[in-house]
Amino acid sequence: MPTLADSFMTALGLISSADPDLLEIVGLSLRVSLTAVLIATLVGLPLGAGLAVFRFRGRGALVVLVNALMGLPPVVVGLMVYLVFSASGPLGVFGLLYTPTAMIIAQSILVAPIITALTRSTISDLLGEYDDTLRVLGANRWDVVGTLLWDARFSLATALLAGLGRALAEVGAVMLVGGNIDHVTRVMTTAIALETSRGALPMALGLGMILLALTLILNAVVIALRSRLEAYAHG
Amino acid sequence: MADPRQVIPFSPRASGAKPAEITLDKLSLKRRGLGLLNGLSLSLPAEGVTAIVGPNGAGKSLALRVIAGLTDADSGRIALPHAMRGRIGLVFQRPILLRRSARANLIHALKLARIPRSERVARTIELLALCGLTEKSDRPARHLSGGEQQRLAIVRALAANPLLLMLDEPTAHLDPQSTHAIETLILRIAAQGAKVILVTHDIGQVDRLADDVAFLHQGKAHELTAKSQFLSRPNSPAARAYLDGKLLL
Repeated sequence: MPTLADSFMTALGLISSADPDLLEIVGLSLRVSLTAVLIATLVGLPLGAGLAVFRFRGRGALVVLVNALMGLPPVVVGLMVYLVFSASGPLGVFGLLYTPTAMIIAQSILVAPIITALTRSTISDLLGEYDDTLRVLGANRWDVVGTLLWDARFSLATALLAGLGRALAEVGAVMLVGGNIDHVTRVMTTAIALETSRGALPMALGLGMILLALTLILNAVVIALRSRLEAYAHG
Repeated sequence: MADPRQVIPFSPRASGAKPAEITLDKLSLKRRGLGLLNGLSLSLPAEGVTAIVGPNGAGKSLALRVIAGLTDADSGRIALPHAMRGRIGLVFQRPILLRRSARANLIHALKLARIPRSERVARTIELLALCGLTEKSDRPARHLSGGEQQRLAIVRALAANPLLLMLDEPTAHLDPQSTHAIETLILRIAAQGAKVILVTHDIGQVDRLADDVAFLHQGKAHELTAKSQFLSRPNSPAARAYLDGKLLL
C-alpha cells in the first residue's frame, strides 16, 4: 500500500508526463461539462431573464419550481435520463445510453436550473434599477430582457461558473447514464471513484488535483476578467 | 414631409406639431390611504419652459411620472396634443445610465427609439456634441461626473425626438458650472421647439429658465402664472408663503 506521499508524487509524475489516459479523461470531462453548460446557458439565460421581466399567471410557482430544481439530486436526474434512454424507454431508439451525449443531457438538466435561478435573481435586481429608465426610453419587454442580459453580463458570468462547477463536480448522474466505460464515457469524477475503489490512488489523486486546478483556474480567470471589465463599465 | 429624425440634432417641431395644451384634469392618486395627487388640474402651454415648484411631497415628481405613463392615476385624465403622444422624454433627478460607454448609452437609446441603424452613429455624434461630451464618448458613462451624467441623460432623452421633455430636478446637488451647462442645454432644447417641464426647488433657476410657473402643494395645483408674475406677485397664499421661505406643512 503506497503512502499518501508516494501517491502524490506518482500523481505529479502522471500529470507532468502528460499521461495519455489521464489527458483523455480530462478532455472528455471538459467536453461533456462545457457542452452541458453551453446548452444550459442557452436555456437558462433567456428563461431566467423572462421570469424576471414578464408577469404572467403561474410565474410565482415557476420561480419556486426553478429554485427548488437547483437542489435536484444528480442520481435522480441520472435515473430519469437512464429510464428515458434505456432500451425500453421512450427515447431508447436513439441508442444514447452510455454515450457522452447522454451525459451531456443529464448534466444540462442539472445545470439549467442553477443558471436559470441565478439569472432570474440577477436580472430582477437590475430591473428594479433600470425599469423606469428603459420604459421612458420606449423599450418594450423584449428590449428590456436584452438590455438587462447585456448589462448584467459580468454578474451572469458568476452564474455560468456556478453551473460549470456543478457540472465538473457531478458524479452520480454521469455514472448512471455514462456507465464509466474506459475510453468512451469515463470522466474525471467517475474515474476518481473507480480508481479509489480499486486502490489506484495515484491516478485518483492525479485526477483530483487536475479537477481542483481546473476549477481554480476557471474561477480565477473569470473573476479577474469580471473585475477588470466590471470596473470599466460600472464606474 | 421630411423625416424629423434627420433634422440635426433633433427637431421636435419638424414633425408639424401644432401648439396646443397639455391638460391634466382632476388627477387623483392615493397610496396606503394617503392622497398623493388630490384632483390635480393644470393646462400647460405646449411650448416653452414650464417650471413646477412646490414643497416636498407636493406631487411634482409624481405628476411627471403620471404624464410619462410610468404611474397610473386612480382617476382623472391627461390630454396631450396628438403629435406629443409617444414622444415624451423624462429625465430623473438621479439618472440611471447603462453600464456602457457614453456613446453606447446613446446608441442604445436610439435603438430603443427605433431609429434606423444607418442613422444611429451620426445621431450619436450630434447628441454627444450637443451635451459637450464628444471627447469623453468612450468613457464608461458611470465614470463621468454628476453633471456630465445628467447632461448625457438629457440628450439620451432626446433620442426619440420628444415633443415634451420633462426634467425632475436636473441640477439638484450639482455645482454652479454643471448647473450652467445643463441650463444652457435646456434652453437650447426649448429653443428648438420642444415643450420643457422642469421640476425644481431652485427659484433662481425658475427665473433663468421658465416662461411660466405652476405651483403645487398637497397634490393640487394652486396656480399657474407667468414667471414674472409668480416671482413678484404670486396669486395663491401658499405660493406667497413658499416664496417667503415659510414652511408649508
